[in-house]
Amino acid sequence: MKQVVAPFFVAFGLFLLVICGAPRCGDSANVTPPESPVYEGIRTLAPPLSPDYFPCTTCHELGKTNNQRRQLKDEHTSIVFDHDEKNRWCLDCHAPLDRDKLHLASGELIGFDQSYRLCGQCHGPTYRDWKVGVHGKRTGMWNGRKNYFLCVHCHDPHSPSIKPINPFPAPAMPVGKPFLFGSKNK
Amino acid sequence: MNPIVNFVKTCTSIWLRGNKYYWGWMIFLVLLIISGIAAYSNQVVHGLIQTSMRDQVSWGFYIGNFTFLVGVAAAAVMLVIPAYVYHWEPIKEVVLLGEMLAISAIVMCMLFVTVDIGRPDRMLHLFPFLGRPNFPNSLLSWDVLVLSLYFLLNLIIVLYILFTSFSGRHYNPKILIPLVLISIPSAISIHTVTAFLYDGVVARPFWNASILAPRFLASAFCSGPAILIILFQILRKVAGLKIKNEALAKIAELMAYAMFVNLFLFGAEMFKEFYSHTEHVIYAKVLLFGVGGTKVHYFMWPALIASFVAFILFLLPKTRNNFYTMNIGCLLIWFGVYTEKGMGLVIPGLTPDTLGEIYVYSPSLTEFRVAAGIFSIGFLVFTLLVKIAMPIMNMSETNSRKKIGHTNT
Amino acid sequence: MKKNLPRRVLARRKFLKDSVVSAAGIAAGLSLPGVLAGCIGGDLDAFLQKHFLELTPAELEKVVRRIEKDNLKKFGKTTTVSAKPATPGVSFAYALDLSRCIGCRRCVHACVKENNQSRDPEIQWIRVLEFPKEKGIDFSEANPYYCAPSAGPLSDEQKEILANPESQYPLYKKSETEGGSACKVPRTDHFYVPIQCQQCEDPPCVKVCPVRATWKESDGIVVVDYNWCIGCRYCMAACPYGARHFNWAEPKVAPDDLNPDMHYLGNRPRYRGVVEKCTFCIQRTRNGRYPACVEICPVGARKFGNLLDPKSEIRSILEHKRVLILKNDLATHPKFFYFYGL
Repeated sequence: MKQVVAPFFVAFGLFLLVICGAPRCGDSANVTPPESPVYEGIRTLAPPLSPDYFPCTTCHELGKTNNQRRQLKDEHTSIVFDHDEKNRWCLDCHAPLDRDKLHLASGELIGFDQSYRLCGQCHGPTYRDWKVGVHGKRTGMWNGRKNYFLCVHCHDPHSPSIKPINPFPAPAMPVGKPFLFGSKNK
Repeated sequence: MNPIVNFVKTCTSIWLRGNKYYWGWMIFLVLLIISGIAAYSNQVVHGLIQTSMRDQVSWGFYIGNFTFLVGVAAAAVMLVIPAYVYHWEPIKEVVLLGEMLAISAIVMCMLFVTVDIGRPDRMLHLFPFLGRPNFPNSLLSWDVLVLSLYFLLNLIIVLYILFTSFSGRHYNPKILIPLVLISIPSAISIHTVTAFLYDGVVARPFWNASILAPRFLASAFCSGPAILIILFQILRKVAGLKIKNEALAKIAELMAYAMFVNLFLFGAEMFKEFYSHTEHVIYAKVLLFGVGGTKVHYFMWPALIASFVAFILFLLPKTRNNFYTMNIGCLLIWFGVYTEKGMGLVIPGLTPDTLGEIYVYSPSLTEFRVAAGIFSIGFLVFTLLVKIAMPIMNMSETNSRKKIGHTNT
Repeated sequence: MKKNLPRRVLARRKFLKDSVVSAAGIAAGLSLPGVLAGCIGGDLDAFLQKHFLELTPAELEKVVRRIEKDNLKKFGKTTTVSAKPATPGVSFAYALDLSRCIGCRRCVHACVKENNQSRDPEIQWIRVLEFPKEKGIDFSEANPYYCAPSAGPLSDEQKEILANPESQYPLYKKSETEGGSACKVPRTDHFYVPIQCQQCEDPPCVKVCPVRATWKESDGIVVVDYNWCIGCRYCMAACPYGARHFNWAEPKVAPDDLNPDMHYLGNRPRYRGVVEKCTFCIQRTRNGRYPACVEICPVGARKFGNLLDPKSEIRSILEHKRVLILKNDLATHPKFFYFYGL
């Protein structure tokens, strides 16, 4: 009897874990999942994952990978990759066997919602500043709960430098009402 | 009959009596005043945007005129000391006319400040008990206090002298002399406080110089008495004021020394700016050479030349004693100091602004009309006061002679 | 002498004199109430209102209700005007990362929206200065009008960004980095320094105000009582940072653009002829929220917090980063710290 019931409970437990732990599809980028695991006391906004590509396992089968370092020619050709491109390629960050995850140097798999841990492996000082709130963006309450923005909200992980954007309108120049001594070229 | 009513009635009758020049002058002034009131009403309704002042240059023509006129008010009373020291004959008249000029100048000062502030309906906030003045920190609160006291002091002295002369009584020296003596440090105080008002502003390096207070006093003393010189000559012809040529020449000589100090202090300031050549030299450059389209330097050089020429004219006895050159000197001095202490102080102080921006300020039509109206009010007050001064002083002389037993003229 | 003149002439003189005097008297008498009414602007309660710090709680309540009523009448919108005092143990400070600011001016416009600043004539509490990198912070080289041809009303995308700051992300999406304005920020070889009220510890503006209409609250915010200010602009001459702005004309805010959450000392609609300035979004910060400029900044260059809290990011910046203060030699001791994050 025990041999039948125990695996059933284990399977049910795993099932619950999968249901609760997996990222929800169709989440809008604005909702902070309140039950999401708060790593080191940091609550982040959901990662800006494009519904065109995510979940990646739609195309990339779990457990299947081609580890040959190469220039991609068939898919993902729109990605501009200039993030230490001489020494790195895709699978140095993306977990080869589960493309919905990233992998750390230790081999630990993390979700996209904790991508900052991956960035922090190389960008140590920036990561420490980010955790205190000195680098990057936090919104919320200065004396209470804060929501952290992920690195990837500002930095394209494949081409991280901040690109110039359109500014908002410049201020109006002051215009007086000069009488007699005004200048003609205003 | 009530002596006060009698006094008022006599004054009114004197005011309504005059030749065509008098009436022409009064009508001219009244027209300018009406134009000024109309322009100010426009400014009250639409806001100070009718001026050319903006955030970058937040003080302009009104405050420049105010600064110059405070100097005139201070200097007019300063004539009391030399009048006493040099034993000028009509000392009473000199003091009286000096104080009358001071009253007119203070009236104009107060009006210039009133038209400059954004909420004149909240003026009462400046005064103790009704408002919440910022003593002792704010120099503007001090300025309100000393200007009001100076105004009241001069008004009391003038009315006292006029009323006692009118009544045929001799003034009581125990009352008058202390008041007149107090008015002298009071005169110095109003201009020093105004200088400190600029001096204490750390954000404006052109103003934040210790030399500003002595410069203000020197330029006040060399410009204020100028109008009195011209006035004394007019009254000598028209109303029989018995002031000697030597007295007028002495005033001019004192103005020459004051002008020397003024030019010297200005030169000292310019040396420090251009020799040290820090970033702050840009303000002096705005004043003398123009930067980014500013126009003050077009007026400043003529003003400096006028001041220097006036200095020479008053220094040399030959030109000092010649009334043509002396009067020309008076006009040149007024132009020189008016520019240097008016726009030549306010505009370079605020251009470029604290963030380095250059906004070229040039007064608007509203500002010119309101300023013309205020000057006309000042001239009107002065004309009215002077017009009653001479007959009443003469009246008193006649009355006192009668009492002693001389036959009247 | 008078006796020698004919009676006709005497009578005519008397008539002229009397008529002039009485005409003057009547004119003065009639115009005085009108002048007073015009000056007061028809609002006796506002005219007689005491200084904010002298109001009893009951009087303050009345004042706040009156202002809410005025807002309803003027804008047709229900507003809440708070008069929440400072929390003890709080001293606000601000830090700005000069290595991050890209000069996008979103802070300027978020501030305008949050604080109900006049759109016409335009008032902006934050001014972003562009400096050339080779000259450093040299105000004679400062340029606030960079990318000027993009001046004008906000586009729909820009309005969306202000309404919903999180719609800016990710920052590298195509609509931001491609097309649009010919001038993009940051411009090569330039850096950007936004300037607003530095909420100095020793404010020169507070020192010179003749009526005490501006003062420093205990949490560090320098505030203005818009019903007490007389508009003399001495504070504007005294401020070394050009942080104070004057209402040269009646401020215009469209009712649709009005932010209804107001504070008496902060973003309530101002009047013609008074001075206004950044208040660290007093209506937000006294309720624990970040100022609008901090929340909108797309690159997170703006930091805000309580200086007295050792765990705040402000304290971390002061301890670990190279911090500079503008116009340090003037010893105004600003609470606005510029630092280099890199």
